[in-house]
Amino acid sequence: MSIGSELPQVAVSGRNPLTAKPREGGPADKSGRKGLAIFLAAISLVWLFPIAWAILNSFRDYAFTAKNGYVSWGGFTLDNYANAWERANFGHTLINSALITIPAVILTLFLSCCVAFVVARFSWKINILLLGVFTAANLLPPQSLLIPVYRMFRAVEVPEWFSESGTLLNSYAGLILVNVAFQTGFCSFVLSNYMKALPRELYESAVIDGASVLRQFWQITLPLCRPPLAALATLEVTWIYNEFFWATVLLQSGDKFPVTSSLNNLRGEFFTDNNLVAAGSVIIALPTLIIFFLLQKQFVSGLTLGATKG
Amino acid sequence: MASRPRRNKGLNHVAGLDRIVVILMMLVPTVLVLGLVWLPALGSVGLSFTNWDGIGPMSDAKVIGVKNYTDVFTIYPPFQPAITHNFIWLLVMFFIATPLGMFLAVLIDKNVSGSRFYQTSLYLPVVLSLALVGFIWQLIYSRDQGLINGLTGSTIDWYGDQRYNLWAALVASSWRHTGYIMLLYLAGLKGVDPTLREAARVDGASERQTFFKVVFPVLAPINIIVLVVTVIESLRAFDLVWVINKGRNGLELISTLVTSNIVGEASRIGFGSALATIMLLISSVFIAIYLRIVFREDSR
Repeated sequence: MSIGSELPQVAVSGRNPLTAKPREGGPADKSGRKGLAIFLAAISLVWLFPIAWAILNSFRDYAFTAKNGYVSWGGFTLDNYANAWERANFGHTLINSALITIPAVILTLFLSCCVAFVVARFSWKINILLLGVFTAANLLPPQSLLIPVYRMFRAVEVPEWFSESGTLLNSYAGLILVNVAFQTGFCSFVLSNYMKALPRELYESAVIDGASVLRQFWQITLPLCRPPLAALATLEVTWIYNEFFWATVLLQSGDKFPVTSSLNNLRGEFFTDNNLVAAGSVIIALPTLIIFFLLQKQFVSGLTLGATKG
Repeated sequence: MASRPRRNKGLNHVAGLDRIVVILMMLVPTVLVLGLVWLPALGSVGLSFTNWDGIGPMSDAKVIGVKNYTDVFTIYPPFQPAITHNFIWLLVMFFIATPLGMFLAVLIDKNVSGSRFYQTSLYLPVVLSLALVGFIWQLIYSRDQGLINGLTGSTIDWYGDQRYNLWAALVASSWRHTGYIMLLYLAGLKGVDPTLREAARVDGASERQTFFKVVFPVLAPINIIVLVVTVIESLRAFDLVWVINKGRNGLELISTLVTSNIVGEASRIGFGSALATIMLLISSVFIAIYLRIVFREDSR
């Protein structure tokens, strides 16, 4: 039962440092903190292990691991990456992902800014209701909307230059719109909280100068919203890049799939080369990992903005 | 943001072009969200009372009342397991992954050396998609090439055997969920007024008492958000089991049943919609709780 043991293990070993937790002051404090650090370091290593294991095996030759088992050392190669790149057509699917993610994120942020601006600047009675409609939309299970969305997209005819399928189904435009509709709620909520906190005096002189609403929006509000926009952009890029469900059901031809849905190409019908899957996983994870390490602060503040109203 | 400014100008004071701009700024996103989220949600509810097969025109569909629902509960074998699995999923997230995340947040909040590293390692899985999490854990679970069987010599197919695969998926899912909760909770903890803890300490409260009697109650809003996030994520669980085996053979979940009833060869729209509506109903209860908390906070 080694599977089931993973979680209890973590929980059990967790008990020790808790009891050895530093009581206030005294020499016990120092050793307690040391114990805590050791415990947290151990947990961290447990958490990093699956990723490290995937990375390690992505560099190993399948023939070697098949012969010596996975609990061995050696057989290092770069071939898995070359093979995975070719078989899952990553060069192509990464571009697909970009074609979906970039417009979707820009549109989400733009529309969210609009909603948030109106809600924050002009206090309507209905604005809470409106934000509720948006935020709730963000939380609904997408599967429960699948049939009508699917049918609607199939029924909407668009010109051929727009989508070669002739309908919104199997088109990037459709997928982008669904993603935007789902993500706008969260972003408008975060942005409106931020905008409400901006001092109203900022707008006063603009109003006296006769600046239009649009000018106030572009020249006063948006420049001040750079911090939450950076955080949300980081977060949304990760989320939409990772989005799996809508891409799987709304895009039907394999050549349109984004990277997240294309990993299945590496799994054979009867036989799967796990080292190849590992290499593919690392390739897919790489963009999000790069974003994560470069923009960690943005990522974290984006995630926590919504929950704690930073 | 202590007091919401009351001197906002209402829309009535905005005239001419500005008025049109403001209405458009609000209208376009609203139409998008209503059209692609709320209308379809209502559509699912409506379709669930019909027998539409999805092949003929919709006008051929007849209203058949609650028959789809009685069918779901009586003659649809995967439904019972799916409900059970969703429930187990929720229990594991709620009693193991979420508390573990909160517990780790409390420990990391003590700022021992290297806490930045611990924090980063714990939420690293959060940037990976759940589909990818499924693939990464395959390297550990696979029958012939997996780490567990390599170490123990067993021949269990962790993802395939229906005695184990739900638990295997739950471990993988908890791995990601714990980091997510840790991050949310840590942000909450950092926001707790330090003078509160100071006061409790001066009053001679132990660290444990301080947490449970002072910090935890102050964090009530975030506790509820964490709870609702847990429930909704458990209900929406999909990607992970879909990449494992499309939600069959021990991994049935409501979300996968809805999907396979619609995208599969035998598309049963009315029936799938009934499943979708059940899912909508359960989630809307928790969404309502969430909105109440968030907006009550907001109007303070």
